[in-house]
Amino acid sequence: MGIGIVYALLGAALAVLLAGAGSAIGVGIAGQAASGVVTEDPGKFAKVLIMQLLPGTQGLYGLMIGFVTLVKIGLLGGSAANVTPATGLLVLAACLPIGLVGLISGIYQGKTSAAAIGIVARKPEQFAKAMLFPAMVETYAILALLISFLAVNAVV
Amino acid sequence: MSVMAMKRLNICGMKRDRESIIETINEFKAMELDESAFQNKNLSDFPTNDQRITFEKKAHNIENAIEAIEMYAPEKKGMLASLEGKKDIKRVSMMSIVKREDELTDMAKRAMDNMKKIIEDRVEIDRNQVSMQSLEPWLDLDIPMEFTHTERTSFLIGTIVKVDSQEEIYDGIGLHLVDLSEVEISIVHKDKFQTCIVAVCLKEYENAVENGLHTLGFARISNAFKGVPREELDKLKDDNEKLQREIEMLKAEFNTLAEKREDLKILSDYYRIEASKQEGMGKSNDSASTFFISGYVPKKVAGSLVEKLNKKFNLYCELENVKEDEDSPVLMQNSGIGQSVEGIVESYGLPNKKEIDPSKIVSWFYVFLFGLMLSDAAYGLIMFIACAVLLKKYKKMELSMRKSIKLFMYCGISTLMWGILFGGYFGDAVETVSKTFFGHAVMVKPLWFAPLSDPMKLLLYCMLFGIIHLFVGLAVKGYMCIRDREYLNFFCDVVLWFSLLVGLIMLLLPTELFYSLSQLRINFGPVLTVISKILAIGGALGILVMAGRNSKKVGLRLALGAYDLYNLTGWLSDLLSYSRLLALGLATGVIASVINQIGSMGGNSIVGIILFIIVFIFGHIFNMSINILGAYVHTNRLQYVEFFGKFYEGGGREFHPFRSETKYVDIEEES
Repeated sequence: MGIGIVYALLGAALAVLLAGAGSAIGVGIAGQAASGVVTEDPGKFAKVLIMQLLPGTQGLYGLMIGFVTLVKIGLLGGSAANVTPATGLLVLAACLPIGLVGLISGIYQGKTSAAAIGIVARKPEQFAKAMLFPAMVETYAILALLISFLAVNAVV
Repeated sequence: MSVMAMKRLNICGMKRDRESIIETINEFKAMELDESAFQNKNLSDFPTNDQRITFEKKAHNIENAIEAIEMYAPEKKGMLASLEGKKDIKRVSMMSIVKREDELTDMAKRAMDNMKKIIEDRVEIDRNQVSMQSLEPWLDLDIPMEFTHTERTSFLIGTIVKVDSQEEIYDGIGLHLVDLSEVEISIVHKDKFQTCIVAVCLKEYENAVENGLHTLGFARISNAFKGVPREELDKLKDDNEKLQREIEMLKAEFNTLAEKREDLKILSDYYRIEASKQEGMGKSNDSASTFFISGYVPKKVAGSLVEKLNKKFNLYCELENVKEDEDSPVLMQNSGIGQSVEGIVESYGLPNKKEIDPSKIVSWFYVFLFGLMLSDAAYGLIMFIACAVLLKKYKKMELSMRKSIKLFMYCGISTLMWGILFGGYFGDAVETVSKTFFGHAVMVKPLWFAPLSDPMKLLLYCMLFGIIHLFVGLAVKGYMCIRDREYLNFFCDVVLWFSLLVGLIMLLLPTELFYSLSQLRINFGPVLTVISKILAIGGALGILVMAGRNSKKVGLRLALGAYDLYNLTGWLSDLLSYSRLLALGLATGVIASVINQIGSMGGNSIVGIILFIIVFIFGHIFNMSINILGAYVHTNRLQYVEFFGKFYEGGGREFHPFRSETKYVDIEEES
């Protein structure tokens, strides 16, 4: 097993690790705001829970890229493919977008979700609009996911 | 397509008929009362505020009682009880309950009194407990705590700082009292903060002893304490037991009160109905012997309301068209799939008077795009069945809830179709199961192609769907311009943009870039190439010149035109936004595969099968819910931001017909 597969695995790890960390922070921030609302009005539980979940998707995107990478380099089910150092670095580079954008957008989506939970607390009928603001942030995670996916797909 | 047309209905009737006319309108449920027509008309108000508030207060009192009963004798409800909707009840049976108004009001009062008593008792119990705690250190004292002296002796009862032994205390008072045998000190209780003592001495030494004790931080026991501690404690315990018994009794009484819960609910709704009638009457205005009422009625039902009124009463009705500058309300009229998406459109904003109702178009795209994002046949089938069962089981569900569930049912069908096209059934569950448990992999062939093996192809299709979606939006704008006879706007804002965009797309298709993306070689003949250039350049020039047409200055006009042309970047980002269709679709499939993979790790054994079943059920429930949420959020976004951005403003005022807003029951009127 050469150094190539180490690079590739590092890429998969970074995708899951950074994006997951971003989501964890984001969901945490939104969860604090959500708890505050539920203390005052337990009836809004379902609505604020949905809001809290919104920044959670980055982690899933990271998981997705990590999984696809592991399958592609043969670490999951089957023997490890012979990955050259160059290919390994290519895979590592391909994993970076979802890792970094996932981390940053996860945190900011969490903050936006917390603010949107504030909207739901005062004007629950504006739920659909409130949900849109965090969704705006997520767009960039989706774009990063797409590029990471296409790149991993193309490289290996 | 368009919103329901409104008419203004003006009614003039006899004052003695006022109540029954208002009642008839209330039961008709399709007229929004509006007082603005009476301004500056020299009519007098008909004040009903006091009566309305009386009824509202009564409804409020009964409601509080219902809540109190619910708290101590909760009604048994299923998990989905909120979907059940209101019960139907005949007016006659409501009136028979209203006849027992006094009895029911007494009951409501009793419920409230009981609740208050329970709360008071609880506070009392807490207070007693605190007293019991503070008695704790004095329990070994066998004289009353307020005891200060006999004929010859003084008793000093109180606390001093923590000491280790009696000697320390004697040392402390030794400075002030020479003969220590004159005083007898006993320690009642010792803990780490304080020592409780009783000092007995002859009266003449009282001051000296007290001064001595002061050096040890002596404080007499508070005069709130009375009696022998042990006896006091028993008394408090007795008290609390008594209070506890009383609380149990009061709680038990709620069970008997709860039997009348339904009657109370109906009575509270009766008060609500009466309050809303008073509110309606308050919107009428009086002349000397007649009264006037005015409001908006949907054109479709206006005739039948007038007919009904004319048949019952001796009055004058006048229907007129709504004036341009009036702030008339908006009511959407859709059926089938168009109606189910009304909630989504509503939460963005109702169409304003000048706009068309986009629900029908939105609904088709909504269902289409939602399915593409979720794209798993099994998930779609589950969604469809779950929604269909709910709709079937809870027929009286609240309308807005009904609409949303219906929408998700349609989305389920669409998801099912896309799943079959892309070959996703719980992700790759079929393949994983057959490989792990039956030894050979069975593949389910997608009807179209598998997005995982050819993502670029799907990406291009997503762009295509995006272009169609956006162009439909622009076309709707064009339709509105033509309908309003704004031909110049139609040409400049719609035709020129179409020309520019179509030209640019046609220029892009034969390029190397497009070939490398799609592996499709498209060759337009020389004629088409020239046409595409003309379209693009003509469109761009046209926009440059015409977009700022409202401005007189040439320089400013060109600047505004250039700025409008800059919107091209907006179109590009709108279009790229549709790549989320691919990303979310892939996410569903890949995460489903992750779940299947984890499940199959146990291999082909009993333990492996059990592990697989558990992981499969929980994993897919999780994946399905998170992806339904994602598809919902992002379909909304594509509609609100990309699609509505092209033509829709919203901001219409919702139609609030005058009717009784009941909470628990719907009244069936006998015809």
